[in-house]
Amino acid sequence: MTDPVITPELVQEHNLTPEEYDRITAMLGRTPTFPELGIFSALWSEHCSYKHSKPVLKTFPTTGPQVIQGPGENAGVLRLPGGWAVAFKIESHNHPSAVEPYQGAATGAGGILRDVFTMGARPVALLNSLRFGPLDDARNRYLFAGAVRGIGDYGNCVGVPTLGGEVDFAAGYSGNPLVNAMCVGVLRERDLIKAAAHGVGNVLLAVGSRTGRDGIHGASFASEELTHESERRRPQVQVGDPFTEKLLLEASLELIASGHIVAIQDMGAAGLTSSSAEMAARGGVGVEIDLSKVPTREPGMTPYEILLSESQERMLVVAKAVRVKEVQAIATKWELDATPIGRVTDDGMYRCLWQGKVVVETPGRQLVEDCPVYSPEAKEDPRIAELRARQPVPGTGYPVPGDALLKILDDPSVASKRWVFEQYDSTVQASTVIPPGGDAGVLRVRHEDFGIAVKTDCNSRYVRLDPYEGGKAAVAESARNVACTGARPLGITNCLNFGNPERPEVFYQFREACRGIADACRALGTPVTGGNVSFYNESPTGAVDPTPVIGMIGVLPRVDRAVPSHARATGDVIFVLGETRAELGGSAFWETCLAFAGGQPPRVDLDTERRLIELLVTGAERGLFRSAHDCSHGGLAVALAEVAMGGPYQDAGFGLDVDLTAHGSPLTAHDLLFSESHGRAVITGAPERADAVQALAAELGVPALRAGSVGPVNGRFRIALHDRGGSIDQPVARLREVYFSAIPRRMGD
Amino acid sequence: MQRVAVVVFPGSNCDADTLDAARAAGSDAYFVWHRDTDLKQADAAILPGGFSYGDYLRSGAIARFSPVLRAVTAHARAGGAVLGICNGFQILCEAGLLPGALMRNAGLKFLSRPVRVRMEATDTPFTGQYERGEELTLPIAHGDGRYVADAETAAMLEANGQVVLRYVTENPNGSTHDIAGVCNVGRNVVGIMPHPERRNAQVLGGQDGARIFLSLEARNATQHAGDMRAVDGRHLRV
Repeated sequence: MTDPVITPELVQEHNLTPEEYDRITAMLGRTPTFPELGIFSALWSEHCSYKHSKPVLKTFPTTGPQVIQGPGENAGVLRLPGGWAVAFKIESHNHPSAVEPYQGAATGAGGILRDVFTMGARPVALLNSLRFGPLDDARNRYLFAGAVRGIGDYGNCVGVPTLGGEVDFAAGYSGNPLVNAMCVGVLRERDLIKAAAHGVGNVLLAVGSRTGRDGIHGASFASEELTHESERRRPQVQVGDPFTEKLLLEASLELIASGHIVAIQDMGAAGLTSSSAEMAARGGVGVEIDLSKVPTREPGMTPYEILLSESQERMLVVAKAVRVKEVQAIATKWELDATPIGRVTDDGMYRCLWQGKVVVETPGRQLVEDCPVYSPEAKEDPRIAELRARQPVPGTGYPVPGDALLKILDDPSVASKRWVFEQYDSTVQASTVIPPGGDAGVLRVRHEDFGIAVKTDCNSRYVRLDPYEGGKAAVAESARNVACTGARPLGITNCLNFGNPERPEVFYQFREACRGIADACRALGTPVTGGNVSFYNESPTGAVDPTPVIGMIGVLPRVDRAVPSHARATGDVIFVLGETRAELGGSAFWETCLAFAGGQPPRVDLDTERRLIELLVTGAERGLFRSAHDCSHGGLAVALAEVAMGGPYQDAGFGLDVDLTAHGSPLTAHDLLFSESHGRAVITGAPERADAVQALAAELGVPALRAGSVGPVNGRFRIALHDRGGSIDQPVARLREVYFSAIPRRMGD
Repeated sequence: MQRVAVVVFPGSNCDADTLDAARAAGSDAYFVWHRDTDLKQADAAILPGGFSYGDYLRSGAIARFSPVLRAVTAHARAGGAVLGICNGFQILCEAGLLPGALMRNAGLKFLSRPVRVRMEATDTPFTGQYERGEELTLPIAHGDGRYVADAETAAMLEANGQVVLRYVTENPNGSTHDIAGVCNVGRNVVGIMPHPERRNAQVLGGQDGARIFLSLEARNATQHAGDMRAVDGRHLRV
């Protein structure tokens, strides 16, 4: 089989612009070979090169005393107590999941696990952030069910607990679901290994599965819009094998601990090409790979296919030249192949051979770093500005608060996600302190006192209406969630899901959301350690809602003091922390009760947020709280209801007697109950601790309203308001029934 | 101090948790690799949860042919204590060391959640420290946890008191007779679907699982000799 002739059409099929192609020919001084064209297409795709996002990403704060490894590696790494460190990263697998949800989501989990264990960290938690269109549509239900099953089957088999995440449903995701997976691993700081090839003469080995024809061009696929043609891309979706992943995990950690290797990287997006080129560029060396030596699944594969395959569960390892046999012995123990395929060179060239002939020869550093960088035009869509300025149509009657609350609790975006997280093993590794369903997942580090809290967050409604405030809010909410467990927020990873950046209104959303994230991270002292940009999330109906997902890590000095989200004892006092303002823009109330998704979303005051976090963390340390819960989507009414309803496996909730007559008195009942003002939380505590709570709040300048008490088990949920007609009085059992059945009912279970 | 061999298959993923729980109970616990052919003078063998060899065919179907299973079988036939947890339970059924089989959950989904179970048999090496009839909260995490046995076998299990754990309040997976764990006729081989090793400390939400491992240690002093009975072969008829 001979390679095709390079034509302008072929260049275009490879998603390279004529200008980019000219740059390639200038760099090479000749026409690229077909494999070279494939390599440039992959490495210069948006997915690998970040060509539209790089200048914006540079504005993120990335340093701090806790940062061991910032952006640029397989995963970010933060310092923990006692010589420990946490490696973590989030990544998207949106495009594959849109055409094949089960495998798309499964391999998303697989890829992010590899990014973490290649740092030398043992994965201890998975999280996922999922977005689908409304569940009344059968296709959306299929995508939702398939993605959840795919993530579950993969993570369950590998033996990493899923500790949290979020699921949201909105029309803006119909046809283009978002599937983001985050992995968290722990390691001894001294065991950290980086993916930089070095040592001329050292040997490159392909470890793990053989290379097949699956997933070829996945990186390019991820860098274009979804169309009706995308179904044809199904063969480009990789197939996961979690059992091999588990073997690869154990083998990789053993290899790293052995000292026989100098670098290791997942053959992820753009497969062998990106892993080898990136490792060489990071180390400032060249590599030479003999493609004929790469073990393949089927005969007749071409150099082009071998370079660009995205077959899963493969690693590229750089072994010390004299330790190849030892490396192979470790792989064999784990029933994996480890095949020498190349070596590190001193000439800086990225060179590939095929049957003795050179088929690829490009300067290595330029291949990775000289991709053109674009600063697209940014301009807000005037329709969004108009929507932000609007209020619901006057005369639309507000339902009474009691009815509105039940309606919101029945909204799948607000309702319990038990249907989802029950399909994920959340207790394997025997370290789960707070399982999914609370504000954040909390895990212990075995034989240590401290613990780690993890959470992903993003409310895209806010980002869509006001990307700057929405970006800030995503960081603030994730920090608040983590702090509710008693953990101090340490740092973030992010997965920035947007539409086509070449459209000014999309790039505007991206730039502004990132500005918000950067400001919030600076104010809260939580640097960005890396992440992933996913552009071109567009279907024939338009771009997805802008969704910059934040993955937050926090640390608890004493994990046995972790604070759960739900009321735990009758007679405990309830405090509402923070201030409620009339901020219904983008709220669950307007959306579910009035079908209106507009208005100015709530603004984040970062100083207020910082003080609230301090209160939550200090209060937990001092053992002042029996529960703490963040107040966010759905407002105070939903937050209080969640405190009362308790977890899914409690036999019953608690009644709650809340009196808000003194809280935000100029506000209407609906503003008070459903406004989504930031900087708020609800805590419960023993009555004898109430004075201490009040004193600490006063010291930190956080408004704290003693708002009532926890009632009897299975009692009534009561909120008394100044406006008596707005008061709520429902049996908590009724709330539980609605909240826990909303998703199963829609999924036919 | 009991010597406890924790059997590790390449796809085991509860091996470290189980080892840790056994050690926390005071046992001298160690790993035995699936290719090993002896249990190194173990008093007890534990087959932990996980996916043994990937379980793409059927949970535990390949593991029963592994070298280490011959050693486990010999240990069991000699009256030695054997515990299978989750995937370990599936393997013991596949290997014929326990009656019945574990099939896809009735709801067809993987299920990870705490469940309520009742302790039905305290005369096994792993349950002596519980009260009969005591209710426990333990986590489950399985896709293939529906215990099935034909009517005759189920009746025999009940008649012989071989049901060790039973789901109460709710049967999460459709198991016959709400069975969450069984033992063989000799009562030295026990299989349970819930994961006691994940609930052996207050920080993990409770310690109802701790006594599974403590029972083994307590038996050291009191009942060790009594357990050395020949195993009745009838249980192999499934």
